[in-house]
Amino acid sequence: MRFTELTKNGKFIVTSELGPPKGFHIEKALHEAEMVWPYVHAINVTDNQSSVMRLGGLAMCKVLKEKNIEPVFQVTCRDRNRLALQSDILSAALFGIDNLLLLTGDHTTLGDHKDAKPVFDLDSVSLSHMVRQLEAGKDLAGNPLEGEPPKFCKGAVVSPCAEPLDPQLFKMEKKIKAGIEFFQTQAVYEVEKFAKFMKSVKEFGVPVYVGIVVLKGPGMAKFMNENVAGINVPQDLIDELKKDKEKTKSGQTGIEIAARLIKELKPFCQGVHLMPLGWDDKVPQILKLSGVTAEK
Amino acid sequence: MLITQLKKKEELLPFFKENILLIACFGCKEVHFPSKEYELLKAELKTLNLNISGEIVLDYLCNEDYTAKRLELYRNEITKAGTLLVFACGVGVQTLAALLPDKTILAGCDTFYVPGFSGFTPTSYDCEQCGECKLGLTAGICPLTACSKGLLNGPCGGTKNGKCEVSKNMDCGWEKILLKSKAIGEPNPRIKEIVSIRDYKKSFS
Repeated sequence: MRFTELTKNGKFIVTSELGPPKGFHIEKALHEAEMVWPYVHAINVTDNQSSVMRLGGLAMCKVLKEKNIEPVFQVTCRDRNRLALQSDILSAALFGIDNLLLLTGDHTTLGDHKDAKPVFDLDSVSLSHMVRQLEAGKDLAGNPLEGEPPKFCKGAVVSPCAEPLDPQLFKMEKKIKAGIEFFQTQAVYEVEKFAKFMKSVKEFGVPVYVGIVVLKGPGMAKFMNENVAGINVPQDLIDELKKDKEKTKSGQTGIEIAARLIKELKPFCQGVHLMPLGWDDKVPQILKLSGVTAEK
Repeated sequence: MLITQLKKKEELLPFFKENILLIACFGCKEVHFPSKEYELLKAELKTLNLNISGEIVLDYLCNEDYTAKRLELYRNEITKAGTLLVFACGVGVQTLAALLPDKTILAGCDTFYVPGFSGFTPTSYDCEQCGECKLGLTAGICPLTACSKGLLNGPCGGTKNGKCEVSKNMDCGWEKILLKSKAIGEPNPRIKEIVSIRDYKKSFS
């Protein structure tokens, strides 16, 4: 079901994320998806995440659909020009995919094919505009589509804790003008900063699902602080991860922090998006502990 | 000066502020500068009752030191001007915009691709010769060459501490565009409204 309808019905949206494997054996990925599915409204399927080549997201979405699991098809502009993007979006419509997450995508030099050609024929804004055109029954060049046009719920991303924030707000507004209907955010660890962000985007009237990345240890937190855009893990959380090494190693500290963040962030937003980065088995526990369940 | 073509006046008119100062570069004209069209446009602008306060003609606007010295001679005119309308290639417009960080600069030309030719003066500014110059919308900083992804609609989420995700030595071009726009009382409202999509046909002429 489209998120727009769920939000309209007053539902607090819960999503998780799945990275397709590097290979074509999907048993493990499918098992992870099946484990998480009872607790979420939909599962995002990433698109060559971090510019690392993997199985195609569209194929993974189709498999999830066949298992009656609702996917969110993530589409980046890094690997495909406007012809290929439109073609894949139409294929997504054929497979009954309702929700899209439209992104510019990481640069090729960040991934495992650093020598590849970065495409970026379109970007997240023009990609949204392109989908809107398809929904209006025309392709990007203005040629008519045959039959009933496709209909999606179009999402995008935003970094609420980026500094400075103004460039993020500028882009967010442009995305909304280009047809974006919901936002999933970069990982948030600072509740006050997020509350302030939500106040400044209130006038846009578009639902925001806050991003949660489970902290696996102090090393990961420090690495993200130094290298990942829009993320700042405060020192007190790093100290909490350092305090009991065994508890952190087992994942318990990360689970507790994630659950607490969800509880504290929930009053400010319309949903939560979990990015477990391989710790998919911890998702049910996090959600149970946070008291958030996906009412379907 | 590479191969340039004047922008249509309809594309420029909405952005004019009081006191327009024309700046035209006649450097490397052995390649091509549309001199005749420039004279015609100038005459046409005058008939529109636009307040054109003056004209500065230069050679090699892309030569930073030389241009900085020449601009000194016109300090008063530049201070009074609301808009600087620049007829030069993308490198020239960017050089001028960087020398005059608090002025609104409009690009009067589109720069087209010339194989094997990228200007005579070594410079830190790059023009991709895309044929649809955006510098008038982006505070004189080129989104194609200053952004590692060549994004036309704003920054991606990969900026950290003002640097690009590709390299900690590379500034985020879009953060620079938006900060500079804010400093000169912009961004131009149109940059927020329009969805820019590149026309690659213009790169193959």
